[in-house]
Amino acid sequence: MDYHLFPTYLDEKTLKSSPIREGAGLALAELGDEKKDVVLIGADTIESCRAHYFADKFPERTIECGVAEQNMIGIAAGLSYQGKVPFAVTYAAFLIGRGWEPIRTTIAYPERHVVFISSHAGLATGSDGPTHQMTEDIALTRCLPGFTVIAPADMEQAKKAVRAAYDLKGPVYIRCAREATPVFTTPATPFEVGKAQVLREGKDVTVVAHGYMVYTLLQIAEELRGQISVEVINMHTIKPLDGVTILESAKKTGKVFVAEDHNIIGGLGSAVAECLSENKPVKLFRHGVYDQFAESGSAKDLWAKYKLDREGIKALLLRFCLG
Amino acid sequence: MLLNDKKIKELELTANKIRQTIIEMLVEAGAGHSAGPLGMADVFTALYFHTLKHDPKNPTWAERDRLILSNGHICPVRYAAMHYAGYDITDAELKTFRKINSRLEGHPSYKKMPALETSSGPLGEGLSQACGFALASRFDGTVNQYHIWCLTSDGEHEEGMTWEAVLLAAKYKLSNMTVIIDYNNIQIDGNVSDVMPLESIRAKYEAFNWHVLEMNGHDMQDIISTLEEAKSIQDRPTFIIAHTTPGKGVDFMENNYKWHGVPPNKEQAIEAMRQLKLIEQTLKAKP
Repeated sequence: MDYHLFPTYLDEKTLKSSPIREGAGLALAELGDEKKDVVLIGADTIESCRAHYFADKFPERTIECGVAEQNMIGIAAGLSYQGKVPFAVTYAAFLIGRGWEPIRTTIAYPERHVVFISSHAGLATGSDGPTHQMTEDIALTRCLPGFTVIAPADMEQAKKAVRAAYDLKGPVYIRCAREATPVFTTPATPFEVGKAQVLREGKDVTVVAHGYMVYTLLQIAEELRGQISVEVINMHTIKPLDGVTILESAKKTGKVFVAEDHNIIGGLGSAVAECLSENKPVKLFRHGVYDQFAESGSAKDLWAKYKLDREGIKALLLRFCLG
Repeated sequence: MLLNDKKIKELELTANKIRQTIIEMLVEAGAGHSAGPLGMADVFTALYFHTLKHDPKNPTWAERDRLILSNGHICPVRYAAMHYAGYDITDAELKTFRKINSRLEGHPSYKKMPALETSSGPLGEGLSQACGFALASRFDGTVNQYHIWCLTSDGEHEEGMTWEAVLLAAKYKLSNMTVIIDYNNIQIDGNVSDVMPLESIRAKYEAFNWHVLEMNGHDMQDIISTLEEAKSIQDRPTFIIAHTTPGKGVDFMENNYKWHGVPPNKEQAIEAMRQLKLIEQTLKAKP
């Protein structure tokens, strides 16, 4: 399948770098033009979540809750009962962490169509430190009945995720990172919720990722060309999980390596492990944040120290495949 | 609005029937909350049989008043009131409360019964949702079409989320919203005044720029006049302090916090029904 990636996507220097949150914000403002039932609710981080594009354009459809995330969740529920499609935005730790029980009771249980867009997911958050580096949000949302959980791979894909989320039913979580990362997909790249993308075919090992890490894995696969044939799957939708694509790939390669900027407990690695162990047990490695809190530092330094960068992941992948 | 004696008597008898039904539901379920539902029977009667703009045969009517029950655990009183008001809840269904396959969940479930407007149970979450309803009516230009009523408990004013919503409602001047607090001064661990004093709740809401009213939650005329007055406030949200007696109508339950979250056993239910029927006879004997 042709995913219409940027023609020279393997040459990072030729790519634009932009935060995934930026794409979500831009798309929301566009969506507001077309859909009059879209309402924005924020909790003192509207600009930081790039939702100011919407807020500036549609102040009459923007609700600023102040630093009160739980209230924001309840308001989103109330708006949805009245036929609105609320988009609630703030940092992942506050949105999903602080907001979790109201999300469970007021949104998930009554199956409200509310879209949650975070910023500041993962260690990519950088120097704000562990309080703000949310590495448990996928675990917390994917266990809630009826939730759709999406982690777009880049800014361009985030735009499509926002549009797709509007058309879904029930609660949707779109996970976005703060740091600017390479934009390797294009407007022509297809996007379907729940349909994984085999961006690169290979036969020795399957690597599965979400978010900006998909690009890192594409780079690693290219670097290992001739040595190990790596199949790269962009699992942009973590729930519902595209088990069929994982199983087909695992059947071919016999080895699955998951990498994510999230705790290895409860994230994509867990979801893939559940799928494989029930259907086709193969050798599996879950890479991510190893059940710990990190620290302050630039995103780049954190990625290096916690082995979430190209060198760190490559070494682990090699050991997994050859060791 | 002043009601005539006949109308008052009719409403008081309805409240009494609701109380009897609550006892029957609780003893049949063998679980549930006694004190709160009995204490709020008069307020629910005033709402469902007088004040609310609603159509029991068309519970999703766009112009209906929205009644949002934040303290979901007192739902037996709502189920019983809706039953008598003509909603699609039969006598037989009332007996399924808290049982498997029932629509009458232990705490309200919107998915099972959309006429309940929301799901609730965990405390302190109703007011935020009511604010969402009210904000949507501002977007839609339907502020004058219906009123939003949010029923809360005193205990849930210990939740921070309640106060987040109190701030926001004042900021956006959500004038088509009225919050009623069931100020019965009991919660699971004891009296509210001991567990976590709220006083002065009136001064607190006034300081947050709400309009505040008080009523005797067992005086039908007072309840109805106060609800009417709340609807007339145009510039800010209204908070009504309903002074109520938990367990109202059953002497061994009244004002005893131990009756917050337990049902009567068979003997206690028989005695409760005897007392409530006595009240019924007295009411009927009134001119």
